[in-house]
Amino acid sequence: MKAIVTITLKPGVLDPQGRAIQNALGGLGFAGVSGVRQGKIIELDLADGTPLSVIEDMAKKLLANTVIENYRIDIQ
Amino acid sequence: MKSAVIVFPGSNCDRDLAVALEQITGAAPVMLWHRETELPDGLDLIALPGGFSYGDYLRSGAMSARSPVMQAVIAAAGQGRAILGVCNGFQVLTEAGLLPGALMRNAGLDFVCRDVSLTVENSQTIFSSRYDAGETLRIPVAHHDGNYVADVETLDRLEGEGRVVFRYAEPVNGSARNIAGIVNDAGNVLGLMPHPERLIEAEQGGTDGRRMFEALQAALG
Repeated sequence: MKAIVTITLKPGVLDPQGRAIQNALGGLGFAGVSGVRQGKIIELDLADGTPLSVIEDMAKKLLANTVIENYRIDIQ
Repeated sequence: MKSAVIVFPGSNCDRDLAVALEQITGAAPVMLWHRETELPDGLDLIALPGGFSYGDYLRSGAMSARSPVMQAVIAAAGQGRAILGVCNGFQVLTEAGLLPGALMRNAGLDFVCRDVSLTVENSQTIFSSRYDAGETLRIPVAHHDGNYVADVETLDRLEGEGRVVFRYAEPVNGSARNIAGIVNDAGNVLGLMPHPERLIEAEQGGTDGRRMFEALQAALG
């Protein structure tokens, strides 16, 4: 099985990289981009039947820093 | 004073720290590879050096904070042992949960490598007792991820409890409230982005960093 962990900055945490991307899009002539937030995706190949709680544990202990980040787990 | 410097893969200020500690305390620190699971007996100070451990993979300090040796460091911190984290060491301490908050990409996205002005906010810690509160230091920084972030309650608590030990006196990296260095609630763990170990003799351009190690020597003997 595969689990996709999507990690995003919590609302309210400033994202200087997202801001730079937004400015660059504006520079390329893309109008109307009112916000950009950058995150990351981590794909995990797991033994079939790995419980969601174990994947959540992975996210909390290492994959995301829950001081500044949220995570979402999608099982495929 | 018996000290140790933890060496992670990608640490690059470990030898600078060792030189500073040996010069000022008179004893060379034990250099401990991150795979160690136990600390030597009788350590007074554990120092986490600057660098780019694990190439800053995932998040700066994230991988190192889960190194085997960090379990022993966390236990030692709980017993009141003095822990100093400089730059990447500060990032490791926040990732390990020994200090609150997180260090994010600099607000300007630039790698900042220059001398900055730093105000000593609290001279009552074992790390800062040889400075005067309100004193301004010139001290080098060299980091990409020094932008300190914490929620408002945490920031207010740090300020209220005198745990902001050093504050930038000029814009550097976008840090919340210009925070450059903080201690834990027990006062035995300090993390800071500037590099005191790079300012211990006049040939390095100043000796403002020296007093941090002198303070530790005075407190820990």
